[in-house]
Amino acid sequence: MLTGRAFKFGDDISTDHITPGRLAHLRSDPPELAKHVMEDADPTFASRVTPGDFIVAGANFGLGSSREHAPLVIKIVGVSAILAKSVARIFFRNAINLGLPVLICDTDKINDGDKLEVDLAAGTVNDITNGNRLTFSQIPEVMLHILDEGGLIPYIQKYGDFKL
Amino acid sequence: MGKTLAEKILSQKSGSNAQAGNIVVAEVDLVFAQDTTGPLTIRQFQTSRFEHLANPNKTALFLDHAAPSPNYILSSEHMLLRHFAQQTGCIIFDVGDGICHQLVAESLAKPGDIIVGADSHTVTAGGLGAFATGMGSSDIAIAFGLGKTWFRVPESIKVVVTGNFPEGVYAKDLILHLIGSIGANGATYKALEFSGDTVDSMTMSQRFTIANMAVEAGAKVGLFPADNITKDYLMLQERGNHYQSVFPDADATYEQTININVAELEPTVSKPHTVDNIALAIELKGTKIQQVFIGTCTNGRLEDLAIAATILEGKKRHSETRLIIAPASRQVLLAAIKAGYIQSLIEAGAVILPPGCGACLGLHQGVLGDGESCLSTANRNFKGRMGNPQAFIYLGSPATAAATAITGEITDPREVV
Repeated sequence: MLTGRAFKFGDDISTDHITPGRLAHLRSDPPELAKHVMEDADPTFASRVTPGDFIVAGANFGLGSSREHAPLVIKIVGVSAILAKSVARIFFRNAINLGLPVLICDTDKINDGDKLEVDLAAGTVNDITNGNRLTFSQIPEVMLHILDEGGLIPYIQKYGDFKL
Repeated sequence: MGKTLAEKILSQKSGSNAQAGNIVVAEVDLVFAQDTTGPLTIRQFQTSRFEHLANPNKTALFLDHAAPSPNYILSSEHMLLRHFAQQTGCIIFDVGDGICHQLVAESLAKPGDIIVGADSHTVTAGGLGAFATGMGSSDIAIAFGLGKTWFRVPESIKVVVTGNFPEGVYAKDLILHLIGSIGANGATYKALEFSGDTVDSMTMSQRFTIANMAVEAGAKVGLFPADNITKDYLMLQERGNHYQSVFPDADATYEQTININVAELEPTVSKPHTVDNIALAIELKGTKIQQVFIGTCTNGRLEDLAIAATILEGKKRHSETRLIIAPASRQVLLAAIKAGYIQSLIEAGAVILPPGCGACLGLHQGVLGDGESCLSTANRNFKGRMGNPQAFIYLGSPATAAATAITGEITDPREVV
C-alpha cells in the first residue's frame, strides 16, 4: 500500500515542464537535476514534495521528449506513483523501465493536497480526504513484469532477455 | 487478413503474424542515441553488465544537441560518447555532421527497417517507410546489448491526403492542421499511416516533415509507403541498393480514416504552448515576433532553405526581428551554399548556425528573453522549450517564417510574395 499527498497538475504536462532542455548540463548529475523537478509547471513543487507523495495529472502527461531524465527526477524526489487520465507513450515506457508506477484513472475526482492510499495489487486508489474510491486500468503484462522487477535493467539482469 | 504498414514491418521483423494489440519482440535494424540521451544510455548499458554491442554496425551515436558544446560538462559527456564508440566500434557522427534524424534519413535508414532511437523525433525515418520510433535510455541500452526490443503492435489511423497544395501552403501546414484536428493526444500509442494522391507525388523532404511531427499527435510512428520517390531519393544518396518497395495491403484494417484535401488548407501556425493550439497565419497578423528560427529535423532541409531564400532574396529582415538559421546537416549546408541560398539568407540579415539541434530545445544558440516571441519551423512550442519559460513559441512553415522575418509580425507568406 502506497500512501501520500496528491500534487495536482493539469493536462499536457510536457517533459520540458518536468525537466527542461536548458538544464541539459545537469543530466550527468541526476540528484542535482532533481532539485528542479517540475520547475516549469510549478516552481514550488521541488521544495514541497516529500517521499511517498503522488503526482496527479490530467490528460497526456509526459508528452514530448524521450528524455528518461523526466521520470528519473520524479523518482529521485520520492514520488511513489503518477496518476493521470492518460500518459504519453515514451514517458509511460520510461517510467515503468525505472520502476515508477503510472496509473491511469479519473483524476478529476482527486483534489490537490488530498491524502491518497494506492493499492497496486488491487488496482485501487482511495482518496482518504474526500472518500472517493477509484480503480485504475491494468497495464500490459510485459510492463507489469518489468515493474515487478523494479525496472528494465534489473529485469534484464535477471532474465537476460525479454520473457513474453 | 490484410496488414497495415506497421503490421507488415513488425510481422516481417518478429517472424510472427503481428496484428494490432499484439506484443512482439523484434530485431532492430538501427539503434541510436544522441548527446543528451546517450550518456544515460551508456551508463544503463554498463549497469546491465553488457560487454559488447549486439551489432556495432547497426548502433550509432550522434553529437548534435549541444554541437559545438556550450560548456565543459557537456564537453565531458561528448568525450564519454566518443570513448564508447572507440571501444565498441559503433558508428559515430560528431559535431557539425548534423541532426541525428536527418543523418539517419540521408545515410542509414532503409524502407522496411525497424529503427529505435533515444530521441522522440526518431519517427522522422517513417518518411521512407521505416518503422522508426523514439524510446528512453533504458530501452535503448537494452537494444544496444540485445539487438532487439519489444513492441505493442499499434492500431493504425489512415490519413488520406488529396488535392494540390495552394501557393504558400506546404507539408508543415498539413501536419499542423492534422494535429490541430485530432489533438496532441489524438494518436497516442497508434500509427499514423499516410496515403492518397498527394502523398504519391510528395517529395521526401515533405514526407520527413510530416513523419517527424507524428509524435506531436502522440503517435508511435508516422509511416509512408516506400515507392519510386523513395527509390530516387536513396539513389541520390548513393544507396539505391537499400531500396525495397513497402506498401500496406489493400484490405488492411484501420481504426479510423481521416481525409484531408490540401487544396482547402491555408498557412497554419501553432500558438503557445501546445502544438495542437492552431490558428491560420492570417488570423495572427499583428503578433510581434522578436526571433525567427528556420531549421531543425522538421524543416531544416534543402527544400526548406530554398523556400526561405526565395522569399528573402533581395529583402531584409525586420530591424526588430532576429533571423536564425540552422541547416539540418553538413550535406544540406553544403548544397545550400552551392545553390546560393546561404548567401541570400545572410544578405537578408540571417545568422547561420552550425548543423544541429541547440536552439530548438533551448540548450544554446538562440535562447529567448523574457516575454519574447519566436516563430519557429520546429516541431514543439512547449513552455520553456527554447530555454525560457517566460517566452512564447509559434510554429509554422519555412515560408511563414521567412515572411514573418521581413515584416516583424506573424505573416501569411502569400502577402509578401
